[in-house]
Amino acid sequence: MQPIDAAAVQEALDRFANRDVYIHLETTNGAYASHHNERFFSAGAYIRNVRIRFTRGKITGPGPYRVGLKLQIGWVYAEGLTHWEWTNEGQLLLAGHDYEGKLAVALELSDTPFA
Amino acid sequence: MKERHVLVVFPHPDDEAFGVSGTIAQHVQNGTPVTYACLTLGEMGRHMGVPPFANRETLPHIRKQELEEACRILGIHDLRLLGYRDKTVEFEDEEELADRIAAILAETNPSLVITFYPGYSVHPDHDACGAAVIRALKRWPKEERPTVHCVAFAKNCEQDLGQPDVIRDVSPVIETKLAAIRAHRSQTEGLMQAASKRGDALAWLKTERFWTYRWDD
Repeated sequence: MQPIDAAAVQEALDRFANRDVYIHLETTNGAYASHHNERFFSAGAYIRNVRIRFTRGKITGPGPYRVGLKLQIGWVYAEGLTHWEWTNEGQLLLAGHDYEGKLAVALELSDTPFA
Repeated sequence: MKERHVLVVFPHPDDEAFGVSGTIAQHVQNGTPVTYACLTLGEMGRHMGVPPFANRETLPHIRKQELEEACRILGIHDLRLLGYRDKTVEFEDEEELADRIAAILAETNPSLVITFYPGYSVHPDHDACGAAVIRALKRWPKEERPTVHCVAFAKNCEQDLGQPDVIRDVSPVIETKLAAIRAHRSQTEGLMQAASKRGDALAWLKTERFWTYRWDD
């Protein structure tokens, strides 16, 4: 993955707007966060291969970046995004890596379901 | 100086509580009508009460009631809820958002507007809210624009903006201010308990600080 180029990501988001797309959205602090630090409250969530349609998608922030997708009656939101990739299958992958390079957040869009 | 009309624009219920509610109470006391445009209901807040009495689904209803109670305490008779969603203001169309605020500006014709200083207010909703107010006002000829007093608290705000140029002593209305803060119970009860243990809150709350917005056009 490459460090985010906000203009390029914005162009990619625009290409997914107003049509059915599959989403993977995830936040994670790792399975061992509470093991390494007992004062740390471990929490995370993900959804995968949920079909959505957004009317407007926007990337904002000075980096790490934030992305918001406005749906007909809802929102998709992710913050802490640092890296991106266009795969050969035309999937847009956005990820946020923490100061140690570990994945903290992922937001991915695809015209076809993720494997 | 007695203002003709004060328009307060913030994105979250309770954004007015700690930094501006004394100023609002003083304007109301002077007989100046105050309109408060609040962009969201703070739907995504993490404070659920101590112990928790709200949940993700009840929080907006509770915060709306808390905001209405705070407005009653402060003497704000014109509260506008704009219906945006917490944590999404920056993703809205900037022109459409400015249109909504421009309509309220045109209707209320305020002599003073209070909002966040765009770029110096930490939360993306704060910055987007302040930016929308400035964008709306820039449609007016410069000499016809009302004064804009901005709240800012980014780490670099004094370095970039200098010292706040408006310092208001709100100690005469401190009881009203404290009641307005307490009205936002789900968001402030824990903070106020912690502050009373430290014992330093009251002095800080008696002063409110603003930067007059400097037009760049």
